[in-house]
Amino acid sequence: MNPLAGLVHLLALPFLQHALAAGTAIAALSGLVGYFVVLRGQVFAGDALSHVSYTGALAALAAGLDLRFGLFAATVGVGLLLGVLGGRAGSDDAVIGVVFAWVLGLGVFFLAYYTNSASGTNGAASASVLFGSILGITAGQALVAVLIAAGLLAVLGVLARPLLFASLDPRVAAARGVPVGWLGPVFLMLVGATAAEATQAIGALLLFGLLAAPPAAALRLTSRPWRALALSGGLAVLAVWLGLAAAYAWPRLPASFTIMTCSTAEYLVAIGWSVRHKLLPRDRLATR
Amino acid sequence: MTAHLTLNLLADVRQLLSYHFMLNALRAGTVVAVVSGAIGYFMVLRRQSFAGHTLAVVGFPGAAGAAWLGLAPSLGYFGFCLAAALLIAALPGGGRAAGGAGEESAAIGTLQGFALACGFLFVSLSQGFLSGLTSLLFGSITGITDNQVLVLLGSGLVSLLLLAVLGRPLLFASVDQDVARARGLRVRLLSAAFLLLLGVAVAGTSQVTGSLLVFALLVAPAATASRLTARPAVGLPLSIGIALLVTWLGEAIAFYSPYQIGFWVTSLAFAAFLLASGYQALADRRFRSDHRSQPAAAPLAEPVRR
Repeated sequence: MNPLAGLVHLLALPFLQHALAAGTAIAALSGLVGYFVVLRGQVFAGDALSHVSYTGALAALAAGLDLRFGLFAATVGVGLLLGVLGGRAGSDDAVIGVVFAWVLGLGVFFLAYYTNSASGTNGAASASVLFGSILGITAGQALVAVLIAAGLLAVLGVLARPLLFASLDPRVAAARGVPVGWLGPVFLMLVGATAAEATQAIGALLLFGLLAAPPAAALRLTSRPWRALALSGGLAVLAVWLGLAAAYAWPRLPASFTIMTCSTAEYLVAIGWSVRHKLLPRDRLATR
Repeated sequence: MTAHLTLNLLADVRQLLSYHFMLNALRAGTVVAVVSGAIGYFMVLRRQSFAGHTLAVVGFPGAAGAAWLGLAPSLGYFGFCLAAALLIAALPGGGRAAGGAGEESAAIGTLQGFALACGFLFVSLSQGFLSGLTSLLFGSITGITDNQVLVLLGSGLVSLLLLAVLGRPLLFASVDQDVARARGLRVRLLSAAFLLLLGVAVAGTSQVTGSLLVFALLVAPAATASRLTARPAVGLPLSIGIALLVTWLGEAIAFYSPYQIGFWVTSLAFAAFLLASGYQALADRRFRSDHRSQPAAAPLAEPVRR
């Protein structure tokens, strides 16, 4: 089959249209937010928030509420909590670890509760929260995902400039009047919302495919912050497109796996490229 | 199961021990608690929680892959966890910047995401395996065989022995890396050895608590112990003791309740951590009111706030 005709055929399928629309919006959001997550050294907090979204989703299922409500409530709430606690002396990565280990334990509780109350298709719901189901997204869900992503991107657009300043040099930023104090918690709430949004597509456990790998690749390729930011978003979107195409070409492979593989491959290629061109990993320049 | 909780605690314990699977669960839990309490203490001290968590979840694709190929799950757990430990040790900072700066933690995060995606692939390739998925991720107390207990005991003894040999220089290198390097310690090698130890510990622990909840047993008892004392000679045994208590109690409660062991162990561990934090806050306040003229002591290492 000629590739162009294949592409046209592919784009005519409604479930792929929904997956592409939602996936593109979610990937752009995750890639852009992820750049700041990596720049600020908050990958572990992102890890915690992605696990929290599992518990939120299952709590909502167990209570009979809409899944998205639980997702966003849990991740934004814990994001705020981490942001506020993270500001105090003595709280460190062990605190993040203890909190999210317990939240995940709560997730097990809700899973068991949900399994006992609703008979039948319970394990499937748990698996789809953990690993996503981008090819199962309906038109309505895709529309909501795109709208939410657009809203969060607008928030990020407002925050981007002060956030970049505060991330690169917190002290100078504070001296120049950037509100460093509330920027941290607000940003973690945004990361939480991003985790909740991405959970619908690629699952709670695979968030790092879009949140960590694209910015890591971007940091390898350029040292200019704005260019790296745009590159990170672009690479995340590319990973979703390639991943969806691969999942369509090989139906036995789950879409979450192919997307994750594409973003990992992008990172490896970026490492190879930077080694070949003798570029230093730029994060040292940027953060230290 | 015809087990009922009665008011007679001794009879309850006797009833618990009359089931062979419960006996195995307690044996395995004991080994797991001692190892993860001890190694977790160093993990928290070295601020490598993120690397520890990544190693913990890497066990899941290992086990799922082994199940898909029809191999023993232990093989998958140990193979994948050790390979991931070597990968993290090969990163420029040796995994020490984990949770900290820049690309290093992003690389660990990518490894974690990719490993989990592989796990999902293996699960979906060996179709119709959803109940297995839940117990792989969240653990169960019913499935532990005599053979598994033996493997656990062996790996546990080896890692504790190694930890005993490495303990002193590792403590030194963890508290002050630069001075340790200046005194001629091979910090890089020590760090790699520690990550391998961590890999062995989580591979063993995953088989009881499931991949997603190993981390609770690694981080919570150690964090609790380090809230209560700053002295390693006290903190290390304390961390092991808390891990043992949490595991035994969690297993006993899980036996009498419909909810999985993972929920009980994490909740008990979190409760211990909250109690210790409360105690620390109280002790701090008392210290301050006793020494009002002096400024309060600064914490050992304050995280940089951005």
